[in-house]
Amino acid sequence: MYSIKKEALGSLLAAIGAKRKLYVPADNAGLILFTPYADGVSVNLSRNPDVSAKDFFFPQVENICRFKVCGKTVDVIDNREKNEDFVVFGVRACDVKSFEVLDNVFLSEPVDGYYKDRRDHSLIVTLACSKPLETCFCGTFGIDCAAPGGDVEAYACGDSYAFRAITEKGEAFLAELSLENGGDEAVEACKAKINEIKAKLPLSDLTTEGFGGGKTKDLFNNPKWAELSASCLGCGTCTFVCPTCQCYDIRDFDTGNGIQRYRCWDSCMYRDFTKMSAGQPRPSQLERFRQRFMHKLVYYPENNNGLFSCVGCGRCLRKCPQSLNIVKVMKALREDD
Amino acid sequence: MEALIPQVVVCTDVRRDTPDVKTFRILTPDGKKPFVNIPGQCAMLSIPGVGEAMFSITSSPTNKEYMEFSIKKCGCLTEWLHMIEPGQQLTIRGPYGNGFPVDTALKGKDLLFIAGGIGLAPLRSVINYCRDNRADYGTIDIIYGSRSKDDLVDYKEIIDEWMNTPGVNVHLTIDREQEVWDGHVGFVPNYVKELNPDIKKTVLMCGPPIMIKFTLAGLKELGFEDTQIYTTMELRMKCGIGKCGRCNIGAKYVCKDGPVFRFDQLDELPNEY
Repeated sequence: MYSIKKEALGSLLAAIGAKRKLYVPADNAGLILFTPYADGVSVNLSRNPDVSAKDFFFPQVENICRFKVCGKTVDVIDNREKNEDFVVFGVRACDVKSFEVLDNVFLSEPVDGYYKDRRDHSLIVTLACSKPLETCFCGTFGIDCAAPGGDVEAYACGDSYAFRAITEKGEAFLAELSLENGGDEAVEACKAKINEIKAKLPLSDLTTEGFGGGKTKDLFNNPKWAELSASCLGCGTCTFVCPTCQCYDIRDFDTGNGIQRYRCWDSCMYRDFTKMSAGQPRPSQLERFRQRFMHKLVYYPENNNGLFSCVGCGRCLRKCPQSLNIVKVMKALREDD
Repeated sequence: MEALIPQVVVCTDVRRDTPDVKTFRILTPDGKKPFVNIPGQCAMLSIPGVGEAMFSITSSPTNKEYMEFSIKKCGCLTEWLHMIEPGQQLTIRGPYGNGFPVDTALKGKDLLFIAGGIGLAPLRSVINYCRDNRADYGTIDIIYGSRSKDDLVDYKEIIDEWMNTPGVNVHLTIDREQEVWDGHVGFVPNYVKELNPDIKKTVLMCGPPIMIKFTLAGLKELGFEDTQIYTTMELRMKCGIGKCGRCNIGAKYVCKDGPVFRFDQLDELPNEY
């Protein structure tokens, strides 16, 4: 365990940023977003960033390949961006768990090389959540926001930050920074305080009982889906702020100098998502809304040894313009029991 | 090799089968089959700049020279495909999906193929595979229907080859009377009931959803079980490798867990197809 005074954080980040690309949670027009570290960036570690960290591995838009089309001939050019080593600082336990959810999708055979390369180049410095929000419910999914994991764990304890390496990669990273030893007791006190807050969170009693693999028949035809989805706008905001939503689209763009094939985030909440010339298997928002939650709470766990595809970060609770969210869904579907 | 990056292939021949179906012969630029597949598997074909979509591989794996795709003109990419001429390069990636269990569950069985319209495309691969490995299968019955005689895909192969293969019985039907037609007239589901097939047969069925629905009901009336009936599904797909989320039904992904399912397996899934 290593420790620094809080006022030394700036010079620590500068030292990390001097060697590698570094991203930190920072103020951006009222939001907290992961931002490239530079002089003058207003680092803000007060709460979980508004947008999840999935963008580092599964970016909103990325190139797959380029085509040169000339008469009847086609050439394929692999023009993916080359990744450098990078550090993400201040990732919370929920987002760290989301990497595991995404890994199960992108690193299962056939491995997605774009995703894997970014994972391999990353080093994650996590931060224990000293002030979880009232919309937080990571505990529902067995996540401990006082033990966030990653390569290096950080704790904000009183007037100092304490760091602990979790992986070998994290060990080597901390060794480079020549920090002073200490902070063990402060971390224990910090954890105890977080656990006290956790117990008082309004959603602390939410459980996953009734959900999980094999529950399709119990939940799919529940009449409550109609009422739950009635006011859904199908805007896709929930999927875009969600750290585990991983559906994507593949599209071609004529650059004027060839065809760029790219992939971008997509949403099962959109009508286009399943629409074919042959028909539409999910004709109304009810089916599309149900798909999103059934996938997170039943289908994904069925395929991934019970792991849920929700990490309780609460972003959808804060961002949905219609105040629809997974907590409401879980509570409503369970009322029948 | 990155799964999403396709390889270049050449369309060496385009055959017009019906007013809205063409069959495309596909080879690598150096004249080889792009990859090895099993009957019922699919591949992603693309015209860069237009789009990429999943098509069932129509030719049999026993054809070692080239790969064929029978494609109906019904959307943006297929309209473009119908405009290409021999020599045009395209891209392909695959093969994707599970295919029909030709070397396990279907081996030694009497097979009943039921197809409607372009639904013959994926079954043609299996039919020709079984014809080329004739000793491995029992009798083969094929019930194939379309709107008119002109809409029967690759009528020539059916007449010249299938009908002349020992142990293969072909039953064709069209929806409405036609002057040039002296065969059966009527919809596939009714024709199946009329023919009253032996309920020991294993059924492989593909066609429009309405045909599937009524034929399935008819087969069950005759005494067939869900576990004897296979079909192949079509849903919108982008990645083909179970990641993009589009073809997800229940805990299954049609692109990798399908597209071939038995009806007892489909019964376990939510009805979203």
